[in-house]
Amino acid sequence: MIEVRNVTKMYGGKPVIDNVSLTIPERKITSFIGPNGAGKSTLLSIISRLLEKNSGTVMIDGKDISAWNTRDLARKISILKQSNHINMRLTVRELVSFGRFPYSQGKLSKEDWTYVDEAIAYMELTDLKDRFLDQLSGGQNQRAYIAMIIAQNTDVILLDEPLNNLDMKHSVQIMKVLRRLVEELGKTVVIVIHDINFASCYSDNIVALKDGRIVQEGTTEQIIDGTILESIYEMPIPIEVIDGNRIGVYFK
Amino acid sequence: MKAWHLVVILVILSVTSLFIGVTDLTIFDLFSMTEKQAQALTIARIPRLISLVVAGTSMSVAGLIMQQLSRNKFVSPTTAGTDDSAKLGILVAMLMFSSATTMEKMLIAFIFAIAGTLLFMQLLERIKFKDAIFIPLVGLMFGNIINSLTTFFAYKNDLIQNVTSWLQGSFSSVMAGNYELIYISVPLLVIAYMYANKFTIAGMGEEFSVNLGLNHKRIVNLGLVIVALVSVVVILSVGVIPFLGLVVPNIVSLYMGDNLRKSLIHTALLGANFLLACDIISRIIIFPYEIPIALTVGVIGSILFLYLLMRRRAYES
Repeated sequence: MIEVRNVTKMYGGKPVIDNVSLTIPERKITSFIGPNGAGKSTLLSIISRLLEKNSGTVMIDGKDISAWNTRDLARKISILKQSNHINMRLTVRELVSFGRFPYSQGKLSKEDWTYVDEAIAYMELTDLKDRFLDQLSGGQNQRAYIAMIIAQNTDVILLDEPLNNLDMKHSVQIMKVLRRLVEELGKTVVIVIHDINFASCYSDNIVALKDGRIVQEGTTEQIIDGTILESIYEMPIPIEVIDGNRIGVYFK
Repeated sequence: MKAWHLVVILVILSVTSLFIGVTDLTIFDLFSMTEKQAQALTIARIPRLISLVVAGTSMSVAGLIMQQLSRNKFVSPTTAGTDDSAKLGILVAMLMFSSATTMEKMLIAFIFAIAGTLLFMQLLERIKFKDAIFIPLVGLMFGNIINSLTTFFAYKNDLIQNVTSWLQGSFSSVMAGNYELIYISVPLLVIAYMYANKFTIAGMGEEFSVNLGLNHKRIVNLGLVIVALVSVVVILSVGVIPFLGLVVPNIVSLYMGDNLRKSLIHTALLGANFLLACDIISRIIIFPYEIPIALTVGVIGSILFLYLLMRRRAYES
């Protein structure tokens, strides 16, 4: 379980995360939504220890993240950031195999390779597994990185805008994979996502941030609501129910 | 290309290298050598061969590690101020302790090389405009600034000829008794191989490394220490060999990718082969005289590099 307590992060004297407290439920998909500059990605980075905080604590399984051994933590929590401009010639399978590093320290066992190949199959990349990343499209790259995170096999998976660069088909594919990870493997998934309709259709809980503070928090049914969304985004977002999904129709 | 192909080529080139030179010595004389021939072999030819192989391997692997850690294909000890800082260090050692032993020179040169490289890496972090070509240009300018200091102090102290001799790598004066320092490189290369996976991860960036539970800073520092030490050892024993650390890793990256666990051995072997071939050319082109190997490496290396640059673009599209 992840508990964020009174976390504050300052940039140049200005708080980008302002005294945020939050409990992330286990075995659920939690989406961070909110306007640009709300601090969603920053909060995700702090939870994953990529970024130092100015004050407050982040507890994982009841233990402060700064007290965790970083290698042990790499088997507990994984994070994928949105900017993956890795200028490296690795094959898909090589990249995914690095997801096993926290377990193998580079000497992969047969079991490790099974995880690697399963993760590749999970992301439907088996045909492309020996191709170099720089020969693949942006969307295929993104799927390869997610496969690496799956191979890392952590209880908690944090993804910063995983649908960036993806077309509709692959966006849906990835969201379905995330659902499967939660339902079949009992993972806890936290994503930063801009598309409120994807958040609505696939997440269990939604946390809305604005100006570094949590402004709304609750189940998807509670948050995907015209009045609440209007207060977050400062624009009218009427909600229609289509086939049981709550869809915001904000395009016009 | 398979690794054993490179091994076969290495053996052929090594044998060729042993039997080229002014002293008449062929492979058929091996079991009935005159005293003069035996001396030529043990005092000159074998040391030369060993230093060529170790220097070629070392500079290529150093370039590979630097490219990985700086995440830029155009960075190498020559284009990051490492070589130039090492030269300044050697000069300082000579000025401060007039009878500096090799070990003292090495230590001071190492301190300078590591400081110069770290300074360059700091510069890299601060540069906003991360164009792939721009960064090595900054490195070359940085190196030239350091070089101007070296030249200034060398000129003032009548050491300019000494300094110039380090500018151009040469194997013609390698002899038993004056090249053994280069052996220090060998264990460093072994360590580099053991850390190959970690260098690959570090090359994917700090956030990637932290996610996988790797101490990014420690690995980068270890890599830079290896690069600086190896460069110093090579400069002190044979001189600066330009381009090698740039061209060889890039060739291997093209056909093998950037997974160091796989590409490091190829880079090492190809580096040794490339330097041996250049040395053989340098020795026979105006036989019985030699042209400096730095020249041969520079000419062949730059042509190859231009070719690679253009092919790479075709390869990617």
